[in-house]
Amino acid sequence: MTEQETSQQILDFDVDFNAAAANVEIDPPDPNFTQTEQTEFRKRFVDVPRPVSRLVGQRVTNRIANTVIYIVLSIMCIVWLLPFFGIVFESFRCESTGLEGYIFPKKWGFDNYVRLFTDPTSNFLRWFGNTLAMGLITSVVQTAFQLAVSYALSRNRFKGRKFLMNMMLVFGMFPGFLTLILLYTLLSDWNLTMTNAPWGLILIYIASSGMGYYIAKGFFDTISHSLDEAARVDGATQMQIFFKIILPLSKPIVIYTILMGFMAPWGDFVMATFMANNTNNGYNVAAGLQWLLTDSMINDYYTTFCAGGVLVAIPITILFMLLQKYYVAGVTGGAVKG
Amino acid sequence: MKKKKAPDFVTVELRDGSEVNNEEVMLFKMNGVSYLACAPQSQPDEEGREIVLCRRQKRSVNVDELPVGKFPDGGMFWQQLPCGEEQDAVFAEFCRRYEQEAQEKRRKELKAAEYLKLNRWQRFVYKLKAFFCAIPRWFVALFKKIGRFFKNLGLKIADNAVDLWRTFRYGSWSTRVSFLVMGFGNFAHGQWLRGLLFLLMQGAFITYMVLSGAHWLSLFGTLGKVATVEVYDEVLDITIVQHVDNSFKILLYGILTIFFIFAFAYTWRLNVKQCRICDEITRSGKKVKSAKDDLKSIVDDQFHKTLLSLPVFGIVMFTILPIIFMILVAFTNYDYLHDGYNNLFTWVGLENFNSILTFGSGLSVAFGEILAWTLIWAFFATFSNYFLGMFVAMMINKKGIKIKKFWRTILVMTIAIPQFISLLYVSNLFADNGVVNAYLIRWHIIDSPIHFWTDGTLAKIMVLAVNIWVGIPYLMLITTGILMNIPDDLYESSKIDGANGFQQFAKITLPYMLFVTGPYLLNSFISNINNFNVIYLLSEGGPARPDWGQVGGYIAGDTTILITWLFGITTGAEANYKMASVIGILIFVVVSVLSLIVFTIMPSNRREDDFS
Repeated sequence: MTEQETSQQILDFDVDFNAAAANVEIDPPDPNFTQTEQTEFRKRFVDVPRPVSRLVGQRVTNRIANTVIYIVLSIMCIVWLLPFFGIVFESFRCESTGLEGYIFPKKWGFDNYVRLFTDPTSNFLRWFGNTLAMGLITSVVQTAFQLAVSYALSRNRFKGRKFLMNMMLVFGMFPGFLTLILLYTLLSDWNLTMTNAPWGLILIYIASSGMGYYIAKGFFDTISHSLDEAARVDGATQMQIFFKIILPLSKPIVIYTILMGFMAPWGDFVMATFMANNTNNGYNVAAGLQWLLTDSMINDYYTTFCAGGVLVAIPITILFMLLQKYYVAGVTGGAVKG
Repeated sequence: MKKKKAPDFVTVELRDGSEVNNEEVMLFKMNGVSYLACAPQSQPDEEGREIVLCRRQKRSVNVDELPVGKFPDGGMFWQQLPCGEEQDAVFAEFCRRYEQEAQEKRRKELKAAEYLKLNRWQRFVYKLKAFFCAIPRWFVALFKKIGRFFKNLGLKIADNAVDLWRTFRYGSWSTRVSFLVMGFGNFAHGQWLRGLLFLLMQGAFITYMVLSGAHWLSLFGTLGKVATVEVYDEVLDITIVQHVDNSFKILLYGILTIFFIFAFAYTWRLNVKQCRICDEITRSGKKVKSAKDDLKSIVDDQFHKTLLSLPVFGIVMFTILPIIFMILVAFTNYDYLHDGYNNLFTWVGLENFNSILTFGSGLSVAFGEILAWTLIWAFFATFSNYFLGMFVAMMINKKGIKIKKFWRTILVMTIAIPQFISLLYVSNLFADNGVVNAYLIRWHIIDSPIHFWTDGTLAKIMVLAVNIWVGIPYLMLITTGILMNIPDDLYESSKIDGANGFQQFAKITLPYMLFVTGPYLLNSFISNINNFNVIYLLSEGGPARPDWGQVGGYIAGDTTILITWLFGITTGAEANYKMASVIGILIFVVVSVLSLIVFTIMPSNRREDDFS
């Protein structure tokens, strides 16, 4: 029997088992009681009517409570969405480019978007390309690294495992910005700053990605060890177990890690600004757009910033909403396990 | 005197050849000699179990008598006591201690019974009190631990030395050669792959040390002697400034060299050990692992090492090494004046820590206030988000509320949009000439703009408020699932008992949530201490407080937290790297102490059945 079949069988077995477990919950109708007897039973013990007055009172308070909740939630939605509508409105404003004391533009148009791509100062296309490349490369490699570390730490008990985990815990408590200056000097020695800053940033993201193994490890911890053992009996190597059995079961966490890796470069302005060191070409969108808001630029480029913000937010938001389910799974799993 | 914690697993070989392997072991000292008392499990009768007493032997002087390989109980040797006076004395001492122990145990049990009677608040106070009472003991334990660490280190080195000596004395000739030429033994046993790797390691190490390692190491103590020399160029007829030493590089490569030396020492030891193992295997007539087996083990037995190698290498090079570098920088005078290139920097000891921690100096005032605000900020940011987020989740979860998915989706959508966009926009929204002020003036609610970001107190309130705006969707997401997991019958039964909504929340929901999300709360507290984005994007740490003075050309402000201070000092016009790393270390201290405290008195330590 090949390994493929083995793992497939194991998976099938698992699925069957789950289905069986699910079936138990549905009570089969007891054949000893007739339909009338059952309804009689129900009338007497289950659907006992409560005192009328209390029921009505409850209903009224419930309705009031629900109305209040609807009002609160509606207000919240408005408050939460207001800034985003604000950004969108401002991005269509044509009459001026700086800060204004109103939200609705007096003259609508696509001027800011056109400017974003044509103005030599705002190098938006380059920034966008940089960020996209960073996101794609980082997400793939970071996922590989994180899964590797978390799998190794979750499944194996080897000498030095505790030491390694403690090490990562302790060094994780140091603030990340502490090492900015050293990393900059190191990377500039290898010519990976300024124009090449995206590559330097990719290197930094990837190299430190193993530190964030907690969530994936928590996930791997929940996968039953009996799967490994069964495969081991059938002669699978550890690598085959990882790639053919565990990995197919880990789709949610893989997608979560990819999503996180992809989204990180879009919001990172600290590292990006520092590594690019005032070189326009080396910015990512965050650093670039933030640069448009510096004191000397804000009056000319505020609406351009809004347009850029909209263009960045749209793809990210769509991607995020599509994969929302996995994000929720990852975040809540991580929160519960710590 | 308290009982020494017995090792989890003790294996003692007794004179008659039987082995004691048992958890009921007591270690104690009398007249400076260590004794061990245990009841061998081989004797079935619980009551009449004979106590076996052993005395710790001094390390055997004659190396040849040592058993090969396993040393029982981490290198300690125990010998069963013969009958006689000594045995009687030791037995009496043992009985006394045993009785003492039993009493202590009874006393503790009494405490536990009392503890169960307390209500939740009293329990919390009790835990807090116990925690602070335990602090002196911690320090004692810490020093003891450090002492034990060095003792164990010494023992380990001694063990290794003994093992090395034995390996050399009894090893085959190829093993002896591999003391000098690494990997030779492996070659002799046909393990060419391992041999090659060892040999390569040795070659690389020697080449590195000769070419540059020795140079960096020799300058490590002073971090360079000469920064620049002026050389007369005859061709151009001018003097040219030449850079000689670079403190920055000396420090960096010095650390790297030390890392490398340790790695090499470990590899060398591994090489000798493998030769010994090969010798033993050959002697017993079996076959050693071939290179093919080694290659196979990369994807099988040793697969975890394959997985870990690259990520851990990355972490060591880009996280651990830089952090160690920056920790060492805190003990130098590295700043924009002493950049290590034009002007060398050097070791200054604890001077930087003195300047920030000395009571009354300008810097320490700033540090104290910023630290206080950081903690206040982290506390309110964490708990306001936590309770409000939970509240929103409960509102959406409530039975009878329709289009639940719609409300959630809208809130979740705000997570997706990169923070720098939304926060920068919000920051400008509330600027002095921003939209909010403009509308308020137009509607004649105020006459002059409210200084949201330039008034100290208002700025603090604003960052907290906007942080709630940022945080609620996250908390809503996290708590929704957990809230749904609370069994409905708990609520039903409490309703029958006449509990109102608030009581239900306080007695059922909150304890359950605290229990489940305890670790998360700690994590979010720590991440709020380091919550750079919200503070920096909204107020940039302002309004500035010139009375605190500047560090590194950066003037901290009312909303500055430690992490933005660190950033400002690092990137300021007169970058002051030494102070930045001192602050980084202090952040680490704060974070680790807090984690320690919280882990000791965390609600998750409570038992789950407290909730019913």
